Amino acid sequence: MATTASPRILTAPRTKPRVRTDPALVRWALIAIGGVFLGLFLLLPLAAVFANAFAKGATAYMAALREPEAASAIRLTLLASAIAVCLNVVFGVAAAWAIARFDFTGKNLLITLIDVPFSVSPVISGMIFVLLFGAQGWFGSWLAARDLKIIFAVPELIPVMQALGGEEEEAAVTLGASGWKTFFRITLPNIKWGLLYGIILCNARAMGEFGAVSVVSGHIRGLTNTMPLYIEILYNDYQFVPAFAIASLLTLLAVVTLVAKSLVEWKTERQAAEHDSVTEEGL
Amino acid sequence: MSIEARNITKRFGDFAALKDVTLQIPAGELVALLGPSGSGKTTLLRVIAGLEFPDAGAVFFDGVETTERSVQDRGVGFVFQHYSLFRHMTVFENIAFGLRVKPRRERPANERIRARVNELLKLVQLDWLAARYPSQLSGGQRQRVALARALAVEPRVLLLDEPFGALDAKVRQELRRWLRRLHDEIHVTSLFVTHDQEEALEVADRVVVMNEGRIEQEGSPDQVYHQPANAFVYRFLGNLNLFSARVQDGKTYIGEPANGFVAQSDGHRPLVYVRPHLLNIERRPTSENHIPAWVKHINSAGSLVKVELATEQGERIQVEISHERYHEIDLKKDDAVFVSPRDMRVFADT
Amino acid sequence: MILTLKKRSVLPGFGLALGWTLLYLCLMVLIPLSTILIKSASLSWAQFWDAVSSPRALASYRLSFGASLVAALINAVFGLLVAWILVRYRFPFRRIVDGLVDLPFALPTAVAGIVLTTLYSPNGWVGSRLTKVGIKVAYTPLGVMVALTFIGLPFVVRTVQPVLQDLDVGIEEAAHSLGANLWQTFRRVLLPELLPAWITGSTLAFARALGEYGSVVFIAGNMPMRTEITPLLIMTKLDQFDYAGASAIALVFLVASFSLLLLVNVIQRRQSSLPVLG
Repeated sequence: MATTASPRILTAPRTKPRVRTDPALVRWALIAIGGVFLGLFLLLPLAAVFANAFAKGATAYMAALREPEAASAIRLTLLASAIAVCLNVVFGVAAAWAIARFDFTGKNLLITLIDVPFSVSPVISGMIFVLLFGAQGWFGSWLAARDLKIIFAVPELIPVMQALGGEEEEAAVTLGASGWKTFFRITLPNIKWGLLYGIILCNARAMGEFGAVSVVSGHIRGLTNTMPLYIEILYNDYQFVPAFAIASLLTLLAVVTLVAKSLVEWKTERQAAEHDSVTEEGL
Repeated sequence: MSIEARNITKRFGDFAALKDVTLQIPAGELVALLGPSGSGKTTLLRVIAGLEFPDAGAVFFDGVETTERSVQDRGVGFVFQHYSLFRHMTVFENIAFGLRVKPRRERPANERIRARVNELLKLVQLDWLAARYPSQLSGGQRQRVALARALAVEPRVLLLDEPFGALDAKVRQELRRWLRRLHDEIHVTSLFVTHDQEEALEVADRVVVMNEGRIEQEGSPDQVYHQPANAFVYRFLGNLNLFSARVQDGKTYIGEPANGFVAQSDGHRPLVYVRPHLLNIERRPTSENHIPAWVKHINSAGSLVKVELATEQGERIQVEISHERYHEIDLKKDDAVFVSPRDMRVFADT
Repeated sequence: MILTLKKRSVLPGFGLALGWTLLYLCLMVLIPLSTILIKSASLSWAQFWDAVSSPRALASYRLSFGASLVAALINAVFGLLVAWILVRYRFPFRRIVDGLVDLPFALPTAVAGIVLTTLYSPNGWVGSRLTKVGIKVAYTPLGVMVALTFIGLPFVVRTVQPVLQDLDVGIEEAAHSLGANLWQTFRRVLLPELLPAWITGSTLAFARALGEYGSVVFIAGNMPMRTEITPLLIMTKLDQFDYAGASAIALVFLVASFSLLLLVNVIQRRQSSLPVLG
């Protein structure tokens, strides 16, 4: 498996917990502590986004979203993300194919490299772009929005492809299918759920990218804002409700991503279970 | 130490693994729990160990009730099917584990621990492997380490869950004899679970045959094999042939009933069970109890010659005869012969 | 082709797949990274050293590394706990909680930034209660730690979870049957099994926290020498068109991040070569 630099779909929990016989006192104490921690760090922020967005009522909320600047921010974000996602899907599938199905020298190096953008500070990435593209205005900010999202599609796909095993593709090849045919008819349908999740995740990350974009947009004039930048501007202007209104949109996207992830896990498990039971039945 | 399980019932969801099971095991005996998957034998073992708690019933060790005690406090040694050795500890540390985790008051000094571990390593004949890790051992060696580990804390009873299930056939045979010899040496009350009837019959002092959560029969290997209580036990303990029964003048014969079947008092049709090596093949019938058959297949590679025959109705019969007999009657494929039982059991059709 | 297949593969498409991957990587990763090197090289050693070790830069390293370390430690402890209860226990809403653990990962950093600031500022839901006890969170290093803890939350949980899930029940039962109590079983039998994943997860949380920008800049207050994290310092230098200085600091920071990545990979390789029962 590639490095676990980012949480993978398949590394998430299965459906059934293994019920333990740890003493009840220990159990509930640990659950309570965990609950407090998670409540503080997860639930509270989640609730706060929406509470603040609707602090002045639903009309104010809708008005904030209808602002022309808001609309253009949303438009730019969507556009940049769409481009980023497309590029990443192609790259991601290609890389996943190469990594999961072949053994080649330098494979480890490749895997490490792929994980790089994930660990590099977004500010540094943004800065790199500034250095590269200097004063190229709109081109710069347009590019920046794409950069950081490059590799997020890939890591999610690799374990899926590994898990499903290469037998089906090999079967297809022995039956005479050409490369592309095999890919479209066998590989793609098998990985569709992982791919879908990769796309959703990539999109969420793209739309939410802040650090890199703020570096680039700040230093290359003549710009438009993406949503996260716009949120920052609103917030610094003390326009809390509009800031949280836009934030709530992105938060909803995050929640959708999480739901999608659960669905994908569930599907992949089912697929794997069916896979296993078929091979188990044997004769 | 004697074990008693009284009226144990255990369910998992809808599935009843044990149905009111009662069993007594005298001190010092080596007892086999034998049965197919799902018979409840492993569940019973785990209930006795304290790894599961029964829904009803009680467990007694030497007459003292232990049903509510946790497994830590029962003083049982448990050997798992897949060894469950601690893979980041050496063989030595694995065996020493039980001694190291004793409460401070009871914990022996380090030298004592070392002495005991070495003693056990010698007992299981693995002293040269003390510094190795489990991954560097063969399956048979791992299981011996597991056994040594369980014995280190001087358990009152040794419980083994399909201990040789994960091993190759040859290793299994060696280890099973080794276990028997070990038991003869140390005399700890031992209970082991297996689905292999050969193993149970070869190793144990007593065999307990289980099926679907109940005990079908208990007895010495001899008893359960030669005097099976019912069709299930008979079936499970070896190969068999089934014949319809013809009852005439109160005597039972194999073969189709002359005119319809003769019902027994409980309305069930009697069936005759005969083991393959207890059937004679003759060119001419020498007894009243015979049926005609045709030879379909002969396999003479083995200690006995295995012959497969077919009856008029097309049913198959498996017979095992000695090589001498085989040459004596000069058997060939498609020969028409007569088959008669030397010994048979009659059980009602269930 | 410099890269050759180790074993001949039946599956087609290798050349194309690899080629495209490499091209993309070059464009998006390698070339950009090398520009930092080039830009920093434009400074003399003395200038480089000045930029990299100014009091302000040092203060920012202290804050960035220090707060990230604290956050990683908090996540190490609580992440293990959360993974433990999610895998081993059943409680209401367990599935939802499990899904929610990824929230910090999916939520845009700017959103995280503003919501955490709002929560912990003196008149926020949490901040107001803490002020009564005399604790100030927003605009202090404490606030930075809070934000970084949030960011790193999923890492330890998600790295430990699968290992915990796949643990052989048998070794626990074996330990119990040998007389070990809960704590002894945990410490001697389970912890060694979890250790590699735990360390990996914590290191990842640390690495992630180091580079974090969006969620921190709102809550930190960004006062130089006090609550300025290194990424922000870099930003500020860029604002002042001190590209070279920014590159220098970025270089130092990158070296630290790469070292961490390397560390993680080394640990993982050791973990996968750990003796496994066949």
